[in-house]
Amino acid sequence: MSGWFMLTVVGEDRPGIVARLTAALYDGGCNLGEASMLRLGGNFAILLMVQWEGGAARLAALVEPVTRSLGLAQHVDRIEGRLHQHVEPDVGITVSGSDRAGIVAHAVGAFAEAGLNILNLESGVGGSAERPLYIMHIEGQALEGIAPLRSALEILRREGIDASLTPIDTLIG
Amino acid sequence: MAVRPVLTFPDESLKRTAEPVEAFDDALRRAVADLEETMRAGPAAVGIAAPQVGWGRRVVIIDASARPQWPNHGRLVLVNPEIVAWEGSVVGREGCLSVPDYTGNVVRAERLTLEAFDERGGPLRYEMEGFEARVAQHEIDHLNGLLFIDRVVSRRKDLFRRKVYR
Repeated sequence: MSGWFMLTVVGEDRPGIVARLTAALYDGGCNLGEASMLRLGGNFAILLMVQWEGGAARLAALVEPVTRSLGLAQHVDRIEGRLHQHVEPDVGITVSGSDRAGIVAHAVGAFAEAGLNILNLESGVGGSAERPLYIMHIEGQALEGIAPLRSALEILRREGIDASLTPIDTLIG
Repeated sequence: MAVRPVLTFPDESLKRTAEPVEAFDDALRRAVADLEETMRAGPAAVGIAAPQVGWGRRVVIIDASARPQWPNHGRLVLVNPEIVAWEGSVVGREGCLSVPDYTGNVVRAERLTLEAFDERGGPLRYEMEGFEARVAQHEIDHLNGLLFIDRVVSRRKDLFRRKVYR
């Protein structure tokens, strides 16, 4: 009976990590589900849904030679994974402003109070070292409708955080 | 009338360019009725193209009337449709009856002018914008063997967001 695992690998980025990792998993008899790879501040990070017949320890042992040789850290969790469990976002929110401590907690806290269930969050720091600029993009479900979120955006704007909202209306055709 | 099975990716028929309709006869109108019944039977579909049911002709049905916040022309049967003018670009979320359980962000023209024929061969011309224009582009892509997954720019980023609702 095979189960799903979440394999997390992080470390210094270099070309070829994904290829070597997925080759080791394939050769070891794993099946991949959904995956997300990111580069954050020069660091490589990947989350992989892996279907595998052994336990977590054996899966960790399978990828360990690859991660060790590349100097990466790995982590394996058994998950209650299933494919085809997508939840569609109905709103996208972009937050931007001068980078300062607490901007994420403050903005996201306001959205949570306004009924936002976050499905995706990505942020980056741009600008220059002297004048850093923070940009965050969120997709989620507006569980209490769009109106409370608009009010939350208005409050953030009065505090100097620029925030805008776009309803996501998925077309099926 | 009959609901026809919807072909799903990677069915090769979805990759073929559809042929223009030449005879505006009862057979065409019967096939259009089947196509519409199939669209209505699906999960909240706002459009369908003939190749999605394995009918390799240039016929689409669109109906954006469920989105009254956007200007739209209601239910339209478009035979041999052609987009003759485009303007603007905007990102929006799309899914497809032929690609179940997957959605992605796609860049489309914001406004367009479209020419087509009705089921009796009468000429049609529409100016469309927003959601309806997106539906038309999505469906006409099917006639050229293209699926929205051929055009997905990102699942996670509104790369070219233009419309800002404050």
